[in-house]
Amino acid sequence: MSIFNFFRAAPRASAVQAKERLQIVMAHERAGRSGPDYLPMLQQELLAVIAKYVNIDENKVEVKLDRGGDCSTLEVNIELPAREQAKAAAATKAAEKPAGNDVGAVKRPAGGAVGNAGKKRI
Amino acid sequence: MSKIIVMTSGKGGVGKTTSSAAFATGLALRGFKTVVIDFDVGLRNLDLVMGCERRVVFDFINVINGEAKLNQALIKDKRIENLYILPTSQTRDKDALTREGVEKVLNELSKEFDYILCDSPAGIERGALMSLYFADHAIIVTNPEVSSVRDSDRILGVLNSRSRRAEQGLEPVTQQLLLTRYDPERVEKGEMLKVDDVLEILAIPLLGVIPESQAVLRASNVGMPVILDEVSNAGLAYSDAVGRFLGEDIEHRFVTPQKKGLFSRLLRRSA
Ligand SMILES: Nc1ncnc2c1ncn2[C@@H]1O[C@H](COP(=O)(O)OP(=O)(O)O)[C@@H](O)[C@H]1O
Ligand SMILES: [Mg+2]
Repeated sequence: MSIFNFFRAAPRASAVQAKERLQIVMAHERAGRSGPDYLPMLQQELLAVIAKYVNIDENKVEVKLDRGGDCSTLEVNIELPAREQAKAAAATKAAEKPAGNDVGAVKRPAGGAVGNAGKKRI
Repeated sequence: MSKIIVMTSGKGGVGKTTSSAAFATGLALRGFKTVVIDFDVGLRNLDLVMGCERRVVFDFINVINGEAKLNQALIKDKRIENLYILPTSQTRDKDALTREGVEKVLNELSKEFDYILCDSPAGIERGALMSLYFADHAIIVTNPEVSSVRDSDRILGVLNSRSRRAEQGLEPVTQQLLLTRYDPERVEKGEMLKVDDVLEILAIPLLGVIPESQAVLRASNVGMPVILDEVSNAGLAYSDAVGRFLGEDIEHRFVTPQKKGLFSRLLRRSA
C-alpha cells in the first residue's frame, strides 16, 4: 500500500481515534493516580530474584507496558548471556530439581528472553 | 465573603489568560467588584491582554514581600467600573509565591471584592499549585485536542487532592469546563473532538464553548478583553459563560457550523 493510499483510505475520522486513545490512557492514569508508581519497585524486585540464579546485565533488561482497553500486559525481557546457561543449570540442580526438568526461563537460548507477562484488569 | 475562582488547564497556550481577562470583565460588567490576579510569575501577560501594561508600577510579588501596599499594586480598569488587575512580576521567579504570602494577599482582597479570579500559569508546579490552592471554583480551560484534554484531567486530579479544600476535607472545589478554540467545521469533518466527547471524558459540567475566532487576536492586539467585542462570536460566548457561571440558564451557541449566507459572509470579518 502506498503512502497515498494510506492517507486516502483512512476510514475512521481522526477525532474518533483521539477519543479512543484518550479514554484508554486516562483510565489508566486515573487508576494509577491514587497509588504509588509500583513499576520501578516491581522491576527491581524481579531482577533481584532472577539475579540470585543468573548473572544478568542490567542494560539488557527491557520492561514494557502496553495499556489496553480491557487488559494491560507487562512484559519483562531479560537477555541471558550464553555462558550463564550452564551456571543456571547448576543452580537448578543445586535446588535438587530432577535433571531435565523444564525450568522454562533459564533454559532459553542465549539472547532469548525470560518472558513474564502479567495481566491486570482495569 | 468573596469567591475565589481559578482559571486553570495544565497545558499552556489554551486560552487561560484570554479567558481570565474576559471573565473578570464580564463579572465586573454585571456589577460585581472583581480583581484578576496574574500568577504567571516571570511571564507577565495579563497586563497586556487587559491593556494596562503601561500602568504597572508595583506587582503581586512586591505586595507578598511587603515592598508595596496592596492598593499601590492594584490597577483600576479605565473602561469598567468595579474591575481591578493585580499584575505579576517579570523579574522574580515562582519561588516568590509562598503559601502564606498568597493567603495574606487573598485575605486582604476578600474584604473588598466579590470575586477574585486567579489566572494560572501552565504546568503543575508552584505557580499553578498556588493559583488553585485557595480556590472555591475552578474553570478548566481545555482545547478540543488530546494533550489539552489529558492535562485538564491531571489538573482535576490535583484540585481533588492538593487544594486547600481537599486538604482540609471541606466541600470540594467546584469544577466547570470551558472548551475554547472550538471549530465546529472541523468537528463536522471529524477532525476535532466534539463537545460531547470532551464532556464524556472529563465528566465535569460544561460552562461554555468558545469558538476559534479571529476576534481574540484583534482584541489582544489592542489590549481589550474580547468580551467587550460585542459583535464577535467569542465575545458573545464568553458573555454567555459568565451568565451561566452566575446561575443563568443560557443555551449554548456557536457549537455547530454557521450557515454561510451572503449576510454572514459580509459579516465574516467580525466572526
Ligand atoms: N477562542 C480563540 N480563538 C482564537 N485564538 C485564541 C482563542 N483563545 C485563545 N487564543 C489565542 O491563543 C493564544 C494563547 O492564549 P492565552 O490566553 O495566552 O493562553 P494561556 O494563558 O492558556 O497560555 C493567544 O495567542 C490567543 O490569542
Ligand atoms: Mg497565560
